[in-house]
Amino acid sequence: MTVDVQGQALSALSKLAQADWPDRLKVRKTFEKLVYSGSRASFRFASGRAAGKPRDARPAAEDLFDLSLSDEQQMLVDMLQGFALEVLRPAAHEADAQASVPAALLNQARELGLAHYGVGETHGGLAGERTVLSNALIAESLAQGDFSLAATLLVPLSAANCIRRWGSSAQQAAWLPAFVSEEGAPPFALAVSEPGVLSDPDQPATRARKRGRHYLLDGEKTLVIAGLDASRLIVSAQASDGPALFIVDAASKGINRRAEPGMGLKACGLARIQLKGVKVPGDCRLAGEGIDFSAFLDYSALAFCALAVGTAQAALDYVTTYCNERQAFGEPISHRQGVAFMVADIAIELDAMRLLAWRACARAESGLPFRREAYLARLLCAEKAMKIGSDAVQLLGGHGFTQEHPVERWYRDLRSVAVLAGGLHL
Amino acid sequence: MNLETPKKFRGLQHQAGQVAKHYFRPISRKYDKAEHAYPKELDLLAALLDGMNEGSPDAVGAGSASKRGAAREQQEGIKNGGNMAALLGVMELCWGDVGLLLAMPRQGLGNAAIAAVANDEQLARFGKTWAAMAITEPGCGSDSAAIRTTAVQDGDHYVINGEKIYVTSGERADAVVVWASLDRSLGRAAIKSFVVEKGTPGMTVTRLEKKLGIKASDTASISFSDCRVPAANLLGNAEIDVQKGFAGVMETFDNTRPLVAGMAVGVARAALERTRELLSKAGCRFDYAKPLLSVSHAEATLYRLEAEWEAARLLTLKAAWMADNKLPNSKEASIAKAKAGRVASEVTLKCVELAGALGYGEDELLEKWARDSKILDIFEGTQQIQLLIIARRLLGKSSSELK
Repeated sequence: MTVDVQGQALSALSKLAQADWPDRLKVRKTFEKLVYSGSRASFRFASGRAAGKPRDARPAAEDLFDLSLSDEQQMLVDMLQGFALEVLRPAAHEADAQASVPAALLNQARELGLAHYGVGETHGGLAGERTVLSNALIAESLAQGDFSLAATLLVPLSAANCIRRWGSSAQQAAWLPAFVSEEGAPPFALAVSEPGVLSDPDQPATRARKRGRHYLLDGEKTLVIAGLDASRLIVSAQASDGPALFIVDAASKGINRRAEPGMGLKACGLARIQLKGVKVPGDCRLAGEGIDFSAFLDYSALAFCALAVGTAQAALDYVTTYCNERQAFGEPISHRQGVAFMVADIAIELDAMRLLAWRACARAESGLPFRREAYLARLLCAEKAMKIGSDAVQLLGGHGFTQEHPVERWYRDLRSVAVLAGGLHL
Repeated sequence: MNLETPKKFRGLQHQAGQVAKHYFRPISRKYDKAEHAYPKELDLLAALLDGMNEGSPDAVGAGSASKRGAAREQQEGIKNGGNMAALLGVMELCWGDVGLLLAMPRQGLGNAAIAAVANDEQLARFGKTWAAMAITEPGCGSDSAAIRTTAVQDGDHYVINGEKIYVTSGERADAVVVWASLDRSLGRAAIKSFVVEKGTPGMTVTRLEKKLGIKASDTASISFSDCRVPAANLLGNAEIDVQKGFAGVMETFDNTRPLVAGMAVGVARAALERTRELLSKAGCRFDYAKPLLSVSHAEATLYRLEAEWEAARLLTLKAAWMADNKLPNSKEASIAKAKAGRVASEVTLKCVELAGALGYGEDELLEKWARDSKILDIFEGTQQIQLLIIARRLLGKSSSELK
């Protein structure tokens, strides 16, 4: 099948051209360049295919240890950080209080066209062979605004990534074009975590029993991000031949959803979802070649690592300013080692988290094994991010404990990094 | 982005790894026991390394970690140069033995100082000299600006007077790089470094320390009494530039701190690997398959240590990568040093605990690594000094504001 690549790029650009926030944030030029380079990549891809040339002979420089971002990645980061700080951050407090993302914000976010990064070039998106790190940078940048808003905005991208990576070519063709279309895709959510204590997401307790051309799904999913509003669910369940993923119509008979508020992630609209004998057509089981359930969970773990890194960066920036401004005993509290050393430790562990997460992503997109790296990144990010969240509240003292400052919200949100599994997907 | 070890250094890593395994490890315990005995085996090895370094731009050892090395490369774009090469070598060698690495002729921090700040004439003269580094004094440790040793110009010479302690290989080296003040009233800007050759009248080794670890490496106290040194032995610029202040001397640290961090990464890997072997025999799986909460406590502990170790390793590579690419890296060098220093202590000590009685006894090297690693959180700037440097940079504070 052929999709008009140029048409897709133009429609993305047109949506942006109509929006007003790029001007407010003075990032229009940046974004135009980004869209240009993205579409140029698509053109190159298309013409390369046409000429039957092998694609992407890697330059030798890629063998070097190199921490620098590509121009495109840098533009993406600059643009999304602007969006995060100027659009997400001011909206975060209210979204937390209301336990939902304002519709206007969702519309603005749709204009960003993030789902393009989850859809392959053949289906009109921008996802090339190496997208994991770019996805992580998107998550990290957005999370500098707010953890829960970023997580919610990443759900469509996660769903697209999931279908692109684990779906058969027929399933990709059926589902992916909607993510980059004018109308957008139906709202998805990924239902993976389960409520049992000491549960292992690698061994879902939710069962998928084959009945003729259908599967029957039974089980319970917890802390599903954007789960209440979703019309489609990607559900993990144990089939007779191992753990599997199903695209399930959220309106199916046997599905029972309720709001499941947690310690934080209020804006995510967390849902508890029960499945009782839910009938799912056989062709809704994701059936790409070489489906690897452990890797599915690893890509998810890395998404939460990236969110943790972004939020921890926000915390570092916030306490740095606060400790320089806050006076005690006649001078800024940052003049005291007891304060300053905590700030230094935040910076050290934040950089550590970032490097572990980036390395796992870089290995994943290079086709190297990354199980160990994702495991260690998750472990480190879960521990250090919580410490950073806790220290940020501590540094603000009583003020940190109140909702006058965002650190108490980050404290609540960052606890989730050690808990969530599968709800997002890089 | 690529955070894997570059292919072009794999040969170097392999060579250094072989030296660590077949040369350092077999004599590791011997010189831990025989403190102050010179490991004569090192002479042959040093000659071999010198030969390797002559023949290859990717040198092993402290001397190759310099901005000068990076500047020589002409290629455009991202570089993996002398700083990373030296770092990877050091990581491997310290997997073998930190003390023996520190005792290696011509690979010490004195040579790093020469490589970093010497002019071309001095580089030609001292490039092959084994140089120790003398900074610390009985009354000043981390506070280098409080140095009391003086150097007074007298014709073509400087006359040096003062006491230095903690001089690694101070008795064995061919020369000592001494920090001394040209004018104590001008503070840190007047501190310069001088190469004092062995046998110079007025320089005396007064004692050798008995230490917790790195016993293969000698630590000397040296006294300077009207010690006359040729004026041409003042490294770098003799001008006292109050504006630039300490920067010239401190520049060395941006290159050497990642190396010390690399030592910490090396010894911590030794402990992790051995502990993993021992725990595997006891049934731990280490397959990164089960959630952390569902594996044994020993296995979970080792995963945690491994994550911390990876963090230290990557932060250290980052600092060296920045140096190779001429990005200002003072903060990152201190971050690497702070993280790797504390991680090495935590990892090696915890590994003794994880291996139980076996870890505590001298039949294994685990207890030795736990003693050797402690110095790495102290020299080239203690943990607390690194935190001060990092905090001042982050918060935009001067040393008089954030003391």
